[in-house]
Amino acid sequence: MRRVYLDNNATTPVLPEVLEAMRPYFGEHFGNASSIHHHGQETRAAVERARESVAALLGCRASEIVFTSGGTEADNLAIFGLVRPGDHVITSTIEHHAVLNACKHLAANGCEVTYIPVDGRGLVDPADVKRALRPNTKLITIMLANNETGVLQPVAEIGKIAAETDVYFHTDAVQAAGKIATDVNQIGCDLLTISAHKLHGPQGVGALCVRKGTRLEPMLHGGSHERSRRAGTENVPGIVGLGKAAELARAALERADDLRMAAARDHLERELLEIEATGLNGGGAPRVSNTTNIYFDGIEGEALVIALDLKGLAVSTGAACSSGAIEPSHVLIAMGLRPDRAKSSIRFSLGKQNTPEDVDFGLGLIPETVARLRDLSPVWPKAVVSQKLGASS
Amino acid sequence: MSGGVDSSTVAAMLRAEGRNVIGLTMQLWNQRRLAGHEGMPESVQGRCCSIDDVYDARRVAETLGIPYYVVNHEERFERDVVRPFVEEYLAGRTPIPCSLCNNHLKFDQLLIVAQQIGADKIATGHYAQVAFDEQTQRWLLKRPADKSKDQTYFLFGLTQEQLSRTLFPLGGMTKPEVRELARKHNLVIAEKPDSQEICFVPGGDYKRFLEAYLSEQGDKPPETAGEMVTTGGKVIGEHAGVHNFTVGQRKGLGVATGSPLYVIQIKNDTRQVVVGNDEELYSRTLRARRVNLISTAELREPKRITVKIRHKHQPAPAMMESAGPDEVRVTFDEPQRAITPGQAAVFYDGDVVVGGGWIENSTQ
Repeated sequence: MRRVYLDNNATTPVLPEVLEAMRPYFGEHFGNASSIHHHGQETRAAVERARESVAALLGCRASEIVFTSGGTEADNLAIFGLVRPGDHVITSTIEHHAVLNACKHLAANGCEVTYIPVDGRGLVDPADVKRALRPNTKLITIMLANNETGVLQPVAEIGKIAAETDVYFHTDAVQAAGKIATDVNQIGCDLLTISAHKLHGPQGVGALCVRKGTRLEPMLHGGSHERSRRAGTENVPGIVGLGKAAELARAALERADDLRMAAARDHLERELLEIEATGLNGGGAPRVSNTTNIYFDGIEGEALVIALDLKGLAVSTGAACSSGAIEPSHVLIAMGLRPDRAKSSIRFSLGKQNTPEDVDFGLGLIPETVARLRDLSPVWPKAVVSQKLGASS
Repeated sequence: MSGGVDSSTVAAMLRAEGRNVIGLTMQLWNQRRLAGHEGMPESVQGRCCSIDDVYDARRVAETLGIPYYVVNHEERFERDVVRPFVEEYLAGRTPIPCSLCNNHLKFDQLLIVAQQIGADKIATGHYAQVAFDEQTQRWLLKRPADKSKDQTYFLFGLTQEQLSRTLFPLGGMTKPEVRELARKHNLVIAEKPDSQEICFVPGGDYKRFLEAYLSEQGDKPPETAGEMVTTGGKVIGEHAGVHNFTVGQRKGLGVATGSPLYVIQIKNDTRQVVVGNDEELYSRTLRARRVNLISTAELREPKRITVKIRHKHQPAPAMMESAGPDEVRVTFDEPQRAITPGQAAVFYDGDVVVGGGWIENSTQ
């Protein structure tokens, strides 16, 4: 069966060049990067080269990059590394669970947390952030691109607010890095999270950019790795893979590959919105070039995902719970969608490997599958007059 | 696929027949939801919808090489099974959530999902049989070969449409044969113990569950305390709430008398719990409502049947007759002990399920 993968916000396939770059570090170059001998020197050099590539992608210094086990660890390090009991944190209602649940833990342990709501387009209003500031505000943590809708938050404006008031600003850029230019100077953040496997690198490795002068307490205590900010022997193959992926992502952005991807995404989106009683979630807001999130009234997103998977197309709904069952997306609910509409929403996210034929494959399957699901739906009115609904409110 | 032996073996059997099989697990209840409430365990293991069970089901699907998905029906389950379960108890009846789950979830929602994803039929690990009767042109539900595992009592609500789309591959097998087959297919769950209790009530302690659920909902248990009276109408004590009692109950009545006392009746309107001796527990007739007929489209004349009034009841000979739309009256040859409102009465003609309904009341 032909299989097409349009779920690149979940994870992306490792690019062949990335795999090639990593391969020697599973074999001949096996040294511990902390060792003083030849073997250690070899891997140390590879780790530092990767650090430079990541720094170049983010516009920071190599010394400001801390490698972690992924986006979740980087988010946790930023938050728990800074915030102490009595401190106040500002975040948003649409953050990834790596931030939301870290903040929930803070709130249960003597910290105050303010959750900034979003409007119907999924955007945080920087004025709300400013109003939420308190004398004890230590950290603002608001994401760059949302994982479910791709909506870009006004982080540069939030960065200005943070700088004016001397509050730390962290942004989770996991879904943005490699998709749009992501420069810590332009954003004005003190901390920024990325994850390798969202930009065609390997799973299990990420990085936190920690701007100079940010006093961060480590979460893992041990050796003096990563300038004593993250103890533990480096995941050398993973770090090398992240470095290569960052290098390729930077080159692709310079070639304006993201515009090509936006064209493919727009084509997919336009065609899907031709189906009756559908609408775009996050329409009217700036978005990354690879994501579209669409509701199909009268269907269960869950059934559509399964039906499409059985035909070879991989897409997704919102977050899955621990059993793998689907829960209504907290992001779409925060945007004001009715629960049934949130549950009828599907995220399509493109990657570098996708071709125009992949999009056509999807477009060949989705309309007929949606029609079949609606025919069998107990709630979908039979034989209604075709009515095209507008974008989500 | 619950992650247990029965449904796992069904998947293996169908796969071995060369059918195109898709594994589905229904996520119905978050087992951690009431954890930490007073009297509830902190964590629950080895139960339906627990992470471990989903893991087991996933492993089985992987062993068999079939696609596998978890579908979330927690909202429907709470609305159509858990809430009615709580309300029935508070109304002094003794509910059967498994039948509600079969009627509203497994053979309704799951069947819809199955059709939506392109499956013609659903197969479950129930011990029962489905057959098509050419003569009457009706789908029949029949008792399984292994009478000790018979689950037809919980399946009386199935419609003709549902039966036509259902497979019960274990209907002709005994439990030991099923386990043997699971071993033969190298299924990791071959030795997993059977589940016994109501899946969302940890340890089978429904009273604690009611209290934890109501407290989670921000509700206090409604005031259902009242008098304990004898069948002669004499008040002999007080009780803390009708939901603590079920017909036939002997323990925990809170009154001491010379001879053993049993709950004979729970009067919801007056909140009285009527107690009496063993003989007074026996009734000859019952009235069942919301009746579903399976082997016949309608009940034109009284019919000779056997009746089960609870899951582990030996079917008892009786006559059934129509008593209004969707209602029947059943008259037993011999009085039956502890006919309990809220339970089902399921009617059999030999091994064939004629139909069933919900017990409304009984009379001596």
